[in-house]
Amino acid sequence: MAFVKPRAARIAAICALALLVTGCSANWGWYVVSPTTETGMSNLLFLLGGLKYTLLLSFTAILISIVLGLLVALPGLSSNRYLKLFNRTYVEFIRAIPILVMILWVYYGLPQLGNIQIGVFWAGVIALALSDSAFQAEIFRGGIQSIHRGQYEAAQSISLNYVDTMRFVILPQAIKRILPALGNQLVYMLKMSSLVSVIGMQELTRRANELVVIEYRSLEIYTILVLEYLVLILIVSAGVRWLERRMRADERG
Amino acid sequence: MREKAVVTQVDDAAAAAPIIEMSGVCKWFGEFQALKDINLSVASSEKMVVCGPSGSGKSTMIRCINRLETHQQGRIVVDGTELTDDARDIGAVRGEVGMVFQQFNLFPHLTAIENLMLGPVRARKMSRNEARERAEFYLERVHIPEQADKYPGQLSGGQQQRVAIARSLCMEPRIMLFDEPTSALDPEMISEVLDVMTELADSGMTMICVTHEMGFAKRVADTMVFMDAGEIVETADPETFFGSPRSDRCKRFLQQILGH
Repeated sequence: MAFVKPRAARIAAICALALLVTGCSANWGWYVVSPTTETGMSNLLFLLGGLKYTLLLSFTAILISIVLGLLVALPGLSSNRYLKLFNRTYVEFIRAIPILVMILWVYYGLPQLGNIQIGVFWAGVIALALSDSAFQAEIFRGGIQSIHRGQYEAAQSISLNYVDTMRFVILPQAIKRILPALGNQLVYMLKMSSLVSVIGMQELTRRANELVVIEYRSLEIYTILVLEYLVLILIVSAGVRWLERRMRADERG
Repeated sequence: MREKAVVTQVDDAAAAAPIIEMSGVCKWFGEFQALKDINLSVASSEKMVVCGPSGSGKSTMIRCINRLETHQQGRIVVDGTELTDDARDIGAVRGEVGMVFQQFNLFPHLTAIENLMLGPVRARKMSRNEARERAEFYLERVHIPEQADKYPGQLSGGQQQRVAIARSLCMEPRIMLFDEPTSALDPEMISEVLDVMTELADSGMTMICVTHEMGFAKRVADTMVFMDAGEIVETADPETFFGSPRSDRCKRFLQQILGH
């Protein structure tokens, strides 16, 4: 992969090596996830099988939260008092709810409101996306506010309407500026998706928990879990940095 | 039809119906009064140069003409449309008025030609091919067709300002406003921008230029306007204006700006 930095790969390798070396002492029982034995291999595959759901959950949630965040940020930039009030209320309210509480509320609470049936996956997505959208809204607001007002004036002077001004002039520039912050949120989302394990989502953390109950080897299994998140997030942040570089390739000078 | 019909108007009808008319215009920024009872009338094809010390309200005045600033008192009528809060009227006026800024305000994430095409494609619903043709035509007119695919950051200040002028021209306005178009430029780039503006003036465009370039003013202006402290102090043809200014404030200003 072109975008994985050699240095990041080396750091990951050293971490993995250190764990393996210390993991060779008598206290460790790597057999439980050893690919050389049949049970070890099937345990390992069971753990890795959660990756699909972690990714699906996180990426669906972040996409929704970005859209929600933008829709909440725009009224916050208006000069209308009520639109501003909506923005502030939404951000302050959502930001104050712990993610775990949000997950429990959406999964166990929300269905009782009406006869709504929400599956584990969509309950997780909704809870994560809602929680994150308040932060996305603040990121977008900051990014859009950082664009010089001359850009709006130039857009107005060539008769662009509000939507076109945002879409073609302001947002492309703002998104470039907030990309590092968006990358942060994505990493954060990948980690917070582990909380959805409490309602039974079969993602990485849930699978590790279930295996620990069967095998009683928490040290090894959770070590694998740590490594899974580590590698996943190293790859994602390398991807974000690559994207940043590519977007900066415009407008040199 | 690419060129607007060149109006070499001396006839009374055109003189009688000004294309821009400001009467009794006042504007405040909080407590500060930026414009005091501005009365101004610009005929079609007229070239007006506005000068005065910084903070005198020159920029604010021309920014009111395409509603980048809102006036609180008085009337501004542009080509028969009065500027009010009505968004349709504002849109109609902006369609007639092009604006060139001191800081260029090009879109840095778009190439020169994309900067030019954006307005025609989005606001005029023109096809991309048509818009590209028009953009190429106007880049040619400001003498930088070869820079079409460069980003603003890769161009010199003078080139950027010429792209900005072309971007305005792409909307085919009847009036062009220039807000200190050469003030942010290095000295060696000023003339290339002024040359383009002079050519534009010769083509019959109605222009209002806020500038301190008095050589350009003498060459191009039909009317000189001197502003100080939010008021229009003096309006005259260039010969009278430079030869025998009436007010002391104007005399002092001209001495300062021409004296060395």
